[in-house]
Amino acid sequence: MKHQATTSQTVGPFFRIGLERLLVDNLVPEGVSGERIVITGRVLDADSQPVPDAMLELWQANAEGKYAHAEDVQKKTLEAAFHGFGRVFTEEDGSFRFTTIKPGRVPGPDDGLQAPHIVVSVFMRGLLRRLVTRIYFPDDPANREDFALNLVEPSRRRTLIARNSSQATGQLEWNVVLQGPAETVFFDC
Amino acid sequence: MANLAGYRRPSPGTQPGYLHPPYVSSIKRSPSKPLVHLSQTLSEITGPSFGTTSVDVKAFDLTRQHESEPLGERIIVSGRVLDEDGRPVPHTLIEIWQANAAGRYLHKLDQHNAPLDPNFTGCGHTLTDSNGNYRFVTIRPGAYPWRNHYNAWRPAHIHFSLFGPAFATRLVTQMYFPGDPLLTLDPIFNCTADESARNRLISQFDLETTQPAQALGYRFDVILSGRLATPWEK
Repeated sequence: MKHQATTSQTVGPFFRIGLERLLVDNLVPEGVSGERIVITGRVLDADSQPVPDAMLELWQANAEGKYAHAEDVQKKTLEAAFHGFGRVFTEEDGSFRFTTIKPGRVPGPDDGLQAPHIVVSVFMRGLLRRLVTRIYFPDDPANREDFALNLVEPSRRRTLIARNSSQATGQLEWNVVLQGPAETVFFDC
Repeated sequence: MANLAGYRRPSPGTQPGYLHPPYVSSIKRSPSKPLVHLSQTLSEITGPSFGTTSVDVKAFDLTRQHESEPLGERIIVSGRVLDEDGRPVPHTLIEIWQANAAGRYLHKLDQHNAPLDPNFTGCGHTLTDSNGNYRFVTIRPGAYPWRNHYNAWRPAHIHFSLFGPAFATRLVTQMYFPGDPLLTLDPIFNCTADESARNRLISQFDLETTQPAQALGYRFDVILSGRLATPWEK
């Protein structure tokens, strides 16, 4: 190893001016197969106060479980319009919202398959380094055998699994709690 | 699919932690429980890429986004994006944002009573070329006060956001300027324990990229996590 990776620094309070150009709150343009799902939630701090200046970045496979990336060599279909990247910002009340499809299962370690999930990076003023977490889908039998969920103590797994919204069908809710008893599970990866 | 070779995790001390009390905003926004160690999978080894169609070729020059030129000292910030093994990271998106020469951001929440510049927005982007090179033309940002502690001032800096080849290589950082007396006082700059890692955030004045009678040159190379040789390497 010749070099060491550059040190991370916070995005600070004013990142929107630089990062808003690439806002993507709909990951599924026309021509992408799969049932549309809206995922909403809030980002909350240690006092359960909303975080109005957070950014979430999302990365996911398509409905068949294939990533739009050269290293995904699975023999599965990939529609040209599918990219799988999302970037959303929180509002004054800490809320965010994006539209996507449920991804298919992708390979995991040791020839296993992972349960459908979206990987998430969380950035905000106060975070010197991004936080990494995952969104899983409710009522999916594959969650029981997912290697990443099984690394997490059972009482905290629900922080990674979205809930069916009581407000609207086809809508899921998933929050990011930065600190405290309901703290979201964050990964080192 | 066999286990995949992932990207290296940082050496101890070379990346900040989450809770860093001198940086007051980290206190309520940092996790209290340890992170769960996760082996990288296809989900982390893949990641978004942004082709030429999503890039404005003029966006590398922050001094030509308006009718007139912005006030301030014109500078050229250039460098390479490499991985830890010294291999160039080609065609990767870099996004930057910064304050104007007076130390004011074009953002509704920036309340600093320094003037906005109608000729400066303060954001740009570009793709690295096939050798990992990039180049921005901008103005030197001003220092600005913030409310972290009494008489707190951020050293002049430019925010950098980079993707690299994978979800695992995503990086957001800040570039500083050599000789800035505010660096030793800044809790954000000083959040990383390893002094040499910290100092690599300071760009270097470079006469070679300085354009006569036009702009000073600063060099800033960015290193992204390198690839492990095998899935089992730690």
